[in-house]
Amino acid sequence: MSTMVATNKRSFGSTLWDYLTTVDHKKIAIMYLIAGGFFFIVGGLEALAIRWQLVKPMNDFVSAGLYNELITMHGTTMIFLAAMPLIFAFMNAVVPLQIGARDVAFPFLNSLGFWLFLFGGILLNVGWITGGAADAGWTAYAPLSIISPGEGVDYYVLGLQISGAGTLIGGINFLVTIVNMRAPGMTYMRMPLFTWTAFVASALILFAFPALTVGLFLMMFDRLFGSGFFDPNMGGNAVIWQHLFWIFGHPEVYILALPAFGIFSEIISTFSKKRLFGYSAMVFATVLIGFLGFMVWAHHMFTVGMGPAANSIFAVATMAIAIPTGIKIFNWLFTLWGGNITINTAMLYSLGFIPTFTMGGMTGVMVAAASADYQYHDSYFVVAHFHYVIVGGVVFALFAATHYWWPKMFGKILNETLGKITFWLFFIGFHMTFFIQHFLGLMGMPRRYWVYLEDQNLDLGNAISTVGAFLMGLGTIVLLYNVVITSVKGEKVGPDPWDARTLEWAIPSPPPFYNFKQLPLIRGLDPLWIEKTEGRSGMTPAEPIGDIHMPNNSILPFVMSLGFFIAGFGFIYQKYDAIWLSLIFIGMGIALGAMLTRSIKDDLGYHIHKEDLEKEAKE
Amino acid sequence: MSEHDVLNPKQMPLNPEKATLEGKNKFIGFWFFLGGETVLFASLFGTYLALNNSTNGGKSSEELFTLELVFIMTMLLLTSSLTSVYAMYHMKNNAFKKMQLWLGITVALGLGFLGLEIYEFYHYIHHYEFTLRSSAFGSAFYTLVGFHGGHVVFGLSWIVALMIRNSKRGLNLYNAPKFYIASLYWHFIDVVWVFIFTVVYLMGVL
Repeated sequence: MSTMVATNKRSFGSTLWDYLTTVDHKKIAIMYLIAGGFFFIVGGLEALAIRWQLVKPMNDFVSAGLYNELITMHGTTMIFLAAMPLIFAFMNAVVPLQIGARDVAFPFLNSLGFWLFLFGGILLNVGWITGGAADAGWTAYAPLSIISPGEGVDYYVLGLQISGAGTLIGGINFLVTIVNMRAPGMTYMRMPLFTWTAFVASALILFAFPALTVGLFLMMFDRLFGSGFFDPNMGGNAVIWQHLFWIFGHPEVYILALPAFGIFSEIISTFSKKRLFGYSAMVFATVLIGFLGFMVWAHHMFTVGMGPAANSIFAVATMAIAIPTGIKIFNWLFTLWGGNITINTAMLYSLGFIPTFTMGGMTGVMVAAASADYQYHDSYFVVAHFHYVIVGGVVFALFAATHYWWPKMFGKILNETLGKITFWLFFIGFHMTFFIQHFLGLMGMPRRYWVYLEDQNLDLGNAISTVGAFLMGLGTIVLLYNVVITSVKGEKVGPDPWDARTLEWAIPSPPPFYNFKQLPLIRGLDPLWIEKTEGRSGMTPAEPIGDIHMPNNSILPFVMSLGFFIAGFGFIYQKYDAIWLSLIFIGMGIALGAMLTRSIKDDLGYHIHKEDLEKEAKE
Repeated sequence: MSEHDVLNPKQMPLNPEKATLEGKNKFIGFWFFLGGETVLFASLFGTYLALNNSTNGGKSSEELFTLELVFIMTMLLLTSSLTSVYAMYHMKNNAFKKMQLWLGITVALGLGFLGLEIYEFYHYIHHYEFTLRSSAFGSAFYTLVGFHGGHVVFGLSWIVALMIRNSKRGLNLYNAPKFYIASLYWHFIDVVWVFIFTVVYLMGVL
């Protein structure tokens, strides 16, 4: 193991350089995990501050303005900078392995996507230290977002623009990877469900994010260059922003939720020791949800005044999504039924997810009824609904995936006792926080309000909700402790600690940088399980040992993203003084120069030679 | 396939742009990207259609647009799409010099289009005081047409960079996909212009 020895001896500087320049999907996955985890904690602290402000009537923990910044940044951070990157972390770590590929289709772009996301995320948060973060809500509705003073919303616009570009690049990369890089025999209908959901989610990213790009450009022009898209005084129309935002925003829900469904499908199947029930129906439901996800954006706008015809159409389309989602719920239940079930942390999250998400889905059908939505709209009922879907669906899935794939990514199993403690704290805390909010909403408590009056029957519910939030925070701290203690003391595990079914468990944990020495031959769904039932320990190779082509590392993605980051400040501050225009030229010059360098400098990669692979096998 | 065979192929295959895995990936990846670009322009068109009558008391599209100029621009851009097809035809025949020639003609036509567009904007701003800031219609017009113009600038720079970079070494399996997807991009720009011509200019004066 000559490579291992070399790794151990490396200095901090060379490790840092390695990560700054890496194009390896496994290392990029780790960077997504760290960055997404960091932003998850930031967004979580913002949530705790919100709940602490609401713990009692007329509280004065934060000012009204700071409260607006907190709710805006909590939503934005959690969706764009925590949930999506964490989904990308597992897509990067797992999808190439599940389809038997040595890397993604565009390793360079994979790295660029990560750095754009990270610099965009940092830019979004710079507002905190320069006089106020974005404060117009995570949906940034015009005209509020247009007249919001200061630079907070400008940071929102440019930060999201940069990180959104990174997400779009990542989405295209996974689409091409799954279309072109599957191992011999890996047909579409043999792909694991997580890969399928990653595929459909990537298609949603591709067709949804450009609408946000345009919306953000229009807002940027309105705020920074004096255009009048959303300004009624110039003939503009504020509702255009709402349409563009939700044409992106509703598919975004499924961009998060579909990979979560994929994660649970893998875990439930593995720990029930059964093939996923209704695999074809699951694939069908995934594609159908992806398609319908584009048809329902206006259900966020029932109260805008689109008229009864539009409201009815969007209401019916929205309710239709409950059907494929219901197919999925029943398929998970039937997979469990009669299975040889192991209950561990990953499985606890999956079992907790099914009823939780079903509740979120049910309130979803309630708010989809357009006439009833006039009552629910902008109340805590909606807050409860989407937290049941996003936390009960996506965050549970991310925690489950952390426990399930940690051994594959890092070679060690996270401590199960601590994992179960985290689960119970988080699960109980979650329901305590959000279940009561349904009723607060029905009793008339509006969203986004800084304070509420005494004796409105809201005191107890809010206090309970705050206690629950802190239980979730406690659970997260235990998880962090678990990560640290496992890294220090955890025992190494073999390639297949869960006795699992899919291809990623056929290679060492963590996998070598070229993943598969020989590409595997796929003979059906759950390929590793097929080999195991026939008495073989690993996959049958589809090719003899030969040279492996690998991509070169590159610092250019980092430089490009840095260029856009610098230009972002120029765009924002030129509204005060034209001298800042120079930053735009410097930043864009760096970014475009890096692009030109990438274009004209040949990058052919290198080969690991057959002899070295054979020598390594003997050692 | 080794690096040497990619850069110095013994024989050019029929479709050099898709002969390597990297080429295949670029081919399909770029089509996906164009799918995203379609949504981008669709959003801009939707915004334009919502705001094209919001003139805020300023000039309307009937008073601004003259079809003669736009007709010449359209012809220049449509022809440049045709010449880029010739360039790709010569790429497939491994006729590098001819490919460069037709790409050069494509660039010249594109520059002609760009010059006329700049003149058009200059004309509107200085003779009619019709700007990004004059009305929601102005904002939507300059953003939609300007995004297209920005794509033209990027496409031209891209093609020119490829032509200069590869002028001395000729075609190989590494740069053929690059030329090919640049030409795809150029076609896409052309298709968008067809819609701009119809939705913005024709519907604007009729």
